[in-house]
Amino acid sequence: MAEKLVIIGNGMAPGRMLEHLLEETPGRYRVTIFNAEPRVNYDRIMLSPVLSGETDYEQIIIHGDGWYIKNGITLYKGHRIVAIDKAAKTVRSDRGITEPYDKLVIATGSVPVILPVPGNNLPGVLTYRDLDDVNAMLLAAQSRAKAVVIGGGLLGLEAASGLNARGMEVTVLHLMPTLMERQLDAAAGYLLERAIEQRGIKVRTKANTRAILGADRVEGVVLADGSVVPATLVVMAAGIKPNAELAKDAGLHVNRGILVDAHLQTSEADILALGECAEVGGHVYGLVAPLYEMAKVAAANLAGRETAGFVHSDTPTKLKVSGIDLFSIGDFADGEDREEIVLRDAAAGVYKRVILKDNRIIGTVLFGETSDGAWFTGLKRKAANVAEMRESLIFGQAYQGGAALSPMAAVAALADDAEICGCNGVSKGKITGAIRAKGLSSLEDVRAHTKASASCGSCTGLVEQLMTLVLGGQYNPAAVQPLCGCTALGHDEVRRLIKAKSLKTISAVMQELEWKTSCGCAKCRPALNYYLVCDWPDEYADDYQSRFVNERVHANIQKDGTYSVVPRMWGGVTSAKELRAIADVVEKFEIPTVKVTGGQRIDMLGVRKEDLPAVWAELGKAGFVSGYAYAKGLRTVKTCVGTDWCRFGTQDSTGLGIRIEKFMWGSWTPAKVKMAVSGCPRNCAEATCKDVGVICVDSGYEIHFAGAAGLDIKGTEVLGVVKTEDEALEHIVALVEMYREQGRYLERIYKWARRVGLDEIRRQIMGDSEKRKAYFDRFVFSQRFAQADPWAERVAGKDEHEFQPMAEIGLPVAAA
Amino acid sequence: MTGVAANDGPTWETGPGRWIGIGSANDIPRRGARCVVTPQGRIAVFRTIENRYFAIEDRCPHKAGPLSQGIVHGRAVTCPLHNWVISLESGEAEGADEGSVGTFALKVEEGQLFISAEALAGWAG
Ligand code: SRM
Ligand SMILES: Cc1cc2nc3c(=O)[nH]c(=O)nc-3n(C[C@H](O)[C@H](O)[C@H](O)COP(=O)(O)OP(=O)(O)OC[C@H]3O[C@@H](n4cnc5c(N)ncnc54)[C@H](O)[C@@H]3O)c2cc1C
Ligand code: SF4
Ligand code: FES
Repeated sequence: MAEKLVIIGNGMAPGRMLEHLLEETPGRYRVTIFNAEPRVNYDRIMLSPVLSGETDYEQIIIHGDGWYIKNGITLYKGHRIVAIDKAAKTVRSDRGITEPYDKLVIATGSVPVILPVPGNNLPGVLTYRDLDDVNAMLLAAQSRAKAVVIGGGLLGLEAASGLNARGMEVTVLHLMPTLMERQLDAAAGYLLERAIEQRGIKVRTKANTRAILGADRVEGVVLADGSVVPATLVVMAAGIKPNAELAKDAGLHVNRGILVDAHLQTSEADILALGECAEVGGHVYGLVAPLYEMAKVAAANLAGRETAGFVHSDTPTKLKVSGIDLFSIGDFADGEDREEIVLRDAAAGVYKRVILKDNRIIGTVLFGETSDGAWFTGLKRKAANVAEMRESLIFGQAYQGGAALSPMAAVAALADDAEICGCNGVSKGKITGAIRAKGLSSLEDVRAHTKASASCGSCTGLVEQLMTLVLGGQYNPAAVQPLCGCTALGHDEVRRLIKAKSLKTISAVMQELEWKTSCGCAKCRPALNYYLVCDWPDEYADDYQSRFVNERVHANIQKDGTYSVVPRMWGGVTSAKELRAIADVVEKFEIPTVKVTGGQRIDMLGVRKEDLPAVWAELGKAGFVSGYAYAKGLRTVKTCVGTDWCRFGTQDSTGLGIRIEKFMWGSWTPAKVKMAVSGCPRNCAEATCKDVGVICVDSGYEIHFAGAAGLDIKGTEVLGVVKTEDEALEHIVALVEMYREQGRYLERIYKWARRVGLDEIRRQIMGDSEKRKAYFDRFVFSQRFAQADPWAERVAGKDEHEFQPMAEIGLPVAAA
Repeated sequence: MTGVAANDGPTWETGPGRWIGIGSANDIPRRGARCVVTPQGRIAVFRTIENRYFAIEDRCPHKAGPLSQGIVHGRAVTCPLHNWVISLESGEAEGADEGSVGTFALKVEEGQLFISAEALAGWAG
């Protein structure tokens, strides 16, 4: 009579084992399977395409009901085994069936890790392991609401991509700094993140889930930093652990998984274990390739055939999200004894890295172009010595025969004692060592700790490549936008070097920083001019030829080549005398349009360029000065009537506005600066959408900044509250000076603030009185050179050539 | 000189080889421009960083912006209205933009600038 084989679990591993067994010894065993899942053996790997809609369940069944019948196998669907009695050699199911066995195979797979956080059992919290989970997700997706996937590994990303394909708004929360960090290095993780985000899936790394919110259903996820991500569905894909409880209860030896020898024999005679629940030679597995190896060995064992047993090998990882090509195998951690070869093609989104030890491949990461994956795997498995093809290895199989090294690979190939920074004598090893040991992640930090590239800066590119080598995608020098096509340097770099090398003219900057053009372009010249004006207020001679026409002639050019004239009207306050002067000028010069601007003053539009000096002369007589309506500088300070008239006014908002405008006019800034002062929180001067705003309150002055109401609309942030008008002025001036010194040309305050951080600004301006005073003093110094009314200067004859044609030629006459 | 000026400036005589004086080269700032007013319209006269002089129509091919008001770089000018870049040598728009303006022959003699009368005569304005 046939022996009795009982299998617990009907997953992919025992399914494959049975195929081998039926082939080797048909009829030797009578087989009974208990499966907690109420279904036949299906291809679990393909659940993701089912979720995304690329296929359906029927298509992924491995063994249909007919297969079990044909092979005389009894399959108990939906029966969970709750106990193994190894003395009596029986198993018992949760539905009360007790089954005797001669041989028992445990193949209970894995269980998903459920994070031990409050709310983890709320309805709407799912895991991703079987078809039931997929069906539940599909149901949730019908509402097209928001999903959060916890875990940015293989499973999590496939779930996210599937839910996204089903129309949900998906956010992936990942604890680690980069996605799939167990299979990918940081550089590939970064590229993956970008590719995922390009699909419209939000990714938040370093996101530590603290709790799941909801009264009787999921409503959101709370992170450790206190932020809340709203969700109607939460999928936990935070990892799996071998399902070994049952075996442990039965007294089998269990470590991480059920301990088995190379023949899949557990600590108990007649009991085998295989699949994800088993631990062989210290390894547990989560991909099917090794499980299928186990299936072969287990089948041979049951058939009584001798084999060499199971041998560990690495399995390549691939992500089944269509359009994302990713491959990784083996060990890719950095280490003393390791070398690496890297190839990047930023335009094509390709990244390849091969890790070598003693000239043998121990790991490979490929992103964007994975066709050589198998080839690398083969070389690794064979432990082939690749010294001979080292130069061209990274280019793949097709290139064996020799192509040139990419610059990145060339840097990677440099010896550790190679000198990188000639000025300060810093070697490659010293730089990479410092980056690793001190966890440096910005160029500034590397400079501070190693001095490399801190002098002439010409090795900046090399240092950045080294940073990329060590940090991978965390450091992305491509993110440094060059100032324009004339240079590879970014704004910050140029600003730093102007100071460091005391560059005081535009041609000095272009010479020393190796500009690629003879005299720049319309993008870089105004930027450089600003940086020099700002950094050397007393020494630099403003280069008018590098200013946009409006700032050169101190009026705004109009579409027909005429100009507009906007005089200052301090704080928006005017008088009969001023209005009369404007009226006279308009009549005298036949100015076609007079308009009240959005900045509380009056604009005269359509003035001929030739008339500008005369117009200004007339206005000057009434005390008007230029309103700088054209400037990357202080524009207007809007005010409301405040305590002067308003029944709600708490402070003299008009007075403060005028005081600020009089103090700060004439200063040049990276982009225009608009301010406002409102006398109470009703905020009639609209101070909360300005670059800098003040809301007066009973107890003092609430200073706001970083608002915008043009191309972007953004409410301000509060800088802080101060008690007196003097303090308000000091804080505002210091803030603007900080911006003047750090801002990139054309970067409004709100963008600069986003870049450097609101807290950093508050720390320096509100928290550090010495810093604040120093900023204030530097601003005051620069105003000594800036506060000269440009209109008066031109009326007095400055730049006369600007306003007159060089010649007028009369009608032609025939030559004699 | 024969002929009468319509205004106080120099008049111009047509005919081959005639040049009209428009002023001193130093009247134009380096990397800058000045205008010459003619009955047909304005001409922009440029001086580059290398002290080369060019005269082109002061009317951007895009929307007639005054090119004389733009920023001069290399041998090109960026229009002040919408940033087209116009070559001073050819009068053609550079980059992706298409269009061109007329150019006029100039010569410098002993620091004085002269514009070609022939070129002016051939210009409809
Ligand atoms: C005259 C005026 C419209 C009006 O008739 O009221 C005006 C007119 C122009 N604005 Fe403005 N803006 C005027 C108030 C505003 C305001 C309202 C305000 O200041 O409270 C805003 C939104 C607030 C803000 O800036 O955040 C505003 C946002 C812009 C923007 C978008 C800026 C941004 O960074 O988002 C531009 C484009 C730019 O600067 O690049 C712009 C650019 C312009 C220019 C300079 C376009 C140009 O480059 O030629 C216009 C020049 C006209 C001229 O020659 O006078 N104008 N502009 C207002 C002059 C105010 C003044 O007295 O100085
Ligand atoms: C969505 C998804 C995508 C995947 N993608 C890939 C991939 O691309 N490549 C890859 O190599 N691998 C992939 N995997 C992993 C792969 O599916 C597993 O490694 C493999 O299915 C494990 O097989 P197994 O037989 O060990 O366990 P399982 O397939 O998990 O089967 C275990 C079965 O045992 C049942 N069971 C558990 N306890 C009991 C009990 N007490 N009584 C009765 N029955 C019980 C369970 O219900 C389950 O049906 C993926 C997995 C998932 C979930
Ligand atoms: S909104 Fe401003 S920039 Fe736009 S047309 Fe009006 S004035 Fe000009
Ligand atoms: S008019 Fe010159 S660019 Fe538009």
